[in-house]
Amino acid sequence: MNVKTEKISKPRKNALVMFIHKMGSPPWFYNFTGKFIPWFWAIFIVLAAWGLYLGLVKAPADYLQGESFRILYLHVPAAWMSLLIYSMMAVMSFIALVWRIRIVEILAMTSAPIGAAFTIVTLTAGSLWGRPTWGTYWVWDARLTSELVLLFLYLGVIGLYNSIDEPRKAARAACLLAMVGAVNLPIIHYSVKWWNTLHQGSSISLTGGSSIDPSMLWPLLIMAVATKFYYGANLLTRARVKLLEQDIRKAWVREVLKEKNG
Amino acid sequence: MNAEAVNGSLSRAFFALLRRDLLLAFRRRTELLFPVIFLLVVVSLFPLGIGPGPQLLARIAPGVIWIAALLATVISLDALFRSDFEDGTMEQFVISGHPLTLIALAKILAHWLVAGLPIVLMSPLLALWMNLPTESLGVMILTLAIGTPILSLIGSIGVGLTISLKRGGQLLSLLVFPLYVPILIIATAAVMAASDSLPYTQFLGLLTAGLITSVTLAPFAAAAALKISLS
Repeated sequence: MNVKTEKISKPRKNALVMFIHKMGSPPWFYNFTGKFIPWFWAIFIVLAAWGLYLGLVKAPADYLQGESFRILYLHVPAAWMSLLIYSMMAVMSFIALVWRIRIVEILAMTSAPIGAAFTIVTLTAGSLWGRPTWGTYWVWDARLTSELVLLFLYLGVIGLYNSIDEPRKAARAACLLAMVGAVNLPIIHYSVKWWNTLHQGSSISLTGGSSIDPSMLWPLLIMAVATKFYYGANLLTRARVKLLEQDIRKAWVREVLKEKNG
Repeated sequence: MNAEAVNGSLSRAFFALLRRDLLLAFRRRTELLFPVIFLLVVVSLFPLGIGPGPQLLARIAPGVIWIAALLATVISLDALFRSDFEDGTMEQFVISGHPLTLIALAKILAHWLVAGLPIVLMSPLLALWMNLPTESLGVMILTLAIGTPILSLIGSIGVGLTISLKRGGQLLSLLVFPLYVPILIIATAAVMAASDSLPYTQFLGLLTAGLITSVTLAPFAAAAALKISLS
């Protein structure tokens, strides 16, 4: 008894738990994230402009690949993001399924189209880079192939989510699929990698990694950070819209809309 | 109820369900044949489309037979939970108190016996058509015997997720084919290695590891998927 009353009387004892609880409430989440989104967009634009300037203009041309290596500044951060977002989505799916937090469901599901977009950027940039380097737009290279399978996994999650009418059921089903995909992803990755070495194709790998010049590396790192802010901004923007859509009949949404319309 | 009684009733439920599903399948014999006929038709299209050159056919045989097996499995998967879901039997399973995982496992096993095993049994004929070297025929049959249960197991998760949709079949193929990629790679690699008289046991080992992993994990995921679809 004593312990219980003590806990209730000191609700601010654990600020982090309180914060997480608050974030679970749609109006609070809506207002709180609303403050961050413009900053995320701004930081993304500044960093991306800076990184692209350094990468596309300042960095010296590669002695082997010439100017075409600059595609790397788009390709590599996008590839990193495509994997990062899938793992984020899987972790959020796990949280959503175990604790049934609606906002986490929404965040997991709104991650999927962003991740799929990054995967498409990776594939497109990769094949454009392949044309001058390998002499062809598409090679069944291990990385391109596993990226393609990753795109299919994303499309499966998006497809399932959009096929089921009831939003929460749809989210739970797609979350489970995302987790199954996450378990399979390493297996797919390694089997494809190994399949590639088995069928000796023309596989020239991208990694000259360790000997990359700092003037070439910095723009890449800046772009990597910029894409993270893009993900954050895009994710939160989408999640807020989704929340408004789902809660359209609730009082807090009406208040928000009233404020917006003056 | 003591532990022994529970165990007894669990295995009774498992075998009763297995028996029922097999009986139901054999009462609809024509439907039983569809996946097999589908398999035969798909494989026969390849020589027609590519040309009957025996060497070329032998080279692509493992891939063609395995891809046809994947397609035939996905075609038959929809029947896995469909009728039970539509007539409300699945709900009765859930409230019966037996773990849904066990029920899913029994149904998956029944599905494999009805749809997977015929593929394995048909493979010598397919291998003959595709001019597969006789020394790799044994390996082909083995990979199918180990691999098709994995297809049913992984597929059951996809079926569980799409069962509440009216037209889940097309979506199902999008969901499960990417998950089948490793099996396809490993199984065809084993057959190709055998054709080139290279060692292939490591591939069979990997495939068996996949079977053990999916037997342990997939029924749980399928049960969770069914619960979501029923909610």
